[in-house]
Amino acid sequence: MNIDSITNGIVIDHIKAGKGMEIYKFLGLDAYECSVALIKNVPSKKMGKKDIIKIDSLLDIDLNALGYIDPNITINVIKNEVRTEKYHPELPERITNIIKCKNPRCITTTEQELPHIFKLTDKNGPVYRCLYCETKAQ
Amino acid sequence: MRSVIDILDLSVDEINSLIDTANDIIENPAKYQKACEGKKLASLFFEPSTRTRLSFEAAMYELGGHVLGFSEAQSSSAAKGESVSDTVKVVSYYADIIAMRHPKEGAPMVASFKSEVPIINAGDGGHNHPTQTLADLLTIKREKGGFDNLTVGLCGDLKFGRTVHSLILALSRYSNIKFVLISPDELRLPDYVKQEAKNGKIEFLETKSLEDVISTLDILYMTRVQRERFFNEADYIRLKDSYILTPEKLKTAKENLCIMHPLPRVNEISVAIDDDPRACYFKQAMYGKYMRMALILMLLGISVK
Ligand SMILES: [Zn+2]
Repeated sequence: MNIDSITNGIVIDHIKAGKGMEIYKFLGLDAYECSVALIKNVPSKKMGKKDIIKIDSLLDIDLNALGYIDPNITINVIKNEVRTEKYHPELPERITNIIKCKNPRCITTTEQELPHIFKLTDKNGPVYRCLYCETKAQ
Repeated sequence: MRSVIDILDLSVDEINSLIDTANDIIENPAKYQKACEGKKLASLFFEPSTRTRLSFEAAMYELGGHVLGFSEAQSSSAAKGESVSDTVKVVSYYADIIAMRHPKEGAPMVASFKSEVPIINAGDGGHNHPTQTLADLLTIKREKGGFDNLTVGLCGDLKFGRTVHSLILALSRYSNIKFVLISPDELRLPDYVKQEAKNGKIEFLETKSLEDVISTLDILYMTRVQRERFFNEADYIRLKDSYILTPEKLKTAKENLCIMHPLPRVNEISVAIDDDPRACYFKQAMYGKYMRMALILMLLGISVK
């Protein structure tokens, strides 16, 4: 299978097979006008099978938050058909409105429109805790 | 805007300076009588805690300031569904500093994001209660002269008892502290608190028996073992007496042991011990007021010469 190469854009590679749609939704890619290709079950030497997302635009989106979902993902930034950056997303120090606090005693359960914020408290693990009540994210 | 939500919001230097101020207030109360003249403390108690509220209010009155507020959610805007953010935003136009107690964990932190004046967390559910820890620290300082080289026994509910967690984290910043954790298996200290305590470099000894270790302790911090923490009544009945301090168990303790308890006590310390010179828990409540005075002064940026 061939997808047109990108002039300016972002290729999210080495996504665990089957996780591509989750990342597509997580990044809210349905909301953008640009072409986006979600390719699943691509044969991979390293992984057996993998998913890839190609975005035909240099969108200003926070890709580091992907580190929370899967730190093994590779992000490639393409400018004028040349790859200018290649990196793994780092574990974000904070993640906002991605997961919800499950503690029934947490202020997030009653205070309206309060963002659900988790902070990285232990890189080995990794462990994220609710900013407000410090309950561990599951 | 500087607020105190967690005991670790205060550096060791700041805690030392609060202790110095509190000691000075104890020695020279007259000097501080007008320190907060014209200032107002709002005590926003979204859940009742008479002891803590009276301590804050007495603290402000002794500094010559005024107090306004409410003592339970029923009599406040919260009963009408107003958010913490909105309540605090409005109150911060009326007061110079806010002491806030709330049943929801994290509520004072949310308040501190919106407030125009400093927020002191006066307890958020079972989460943080930094001024209790300040009271504990002043008690230890006055009874023991310092924080280094102490063997600190913590007894009872070490799993859910947040005062214990905060005290461990605060004390683990000093040197050569040894903690002896005395609890039933069901109520052991969570591992993450141990890890957080100086990244696991602190020495912890765990035991189920108070009698086995009491002779080694410089401080014994008692907490309540609550019936509802147990899976079944039989376990509770079997265990509860092991974590009650009696004159009998004190026989082998050091002469200068300092017995502490955050209060209120139910039955975990026998009343017979109240007159023992080693009983410090009522003094601890008194010291809490002086540390709250020192904290109010610090957050308002008032220094008394
Ligand atoms: Zn929470």
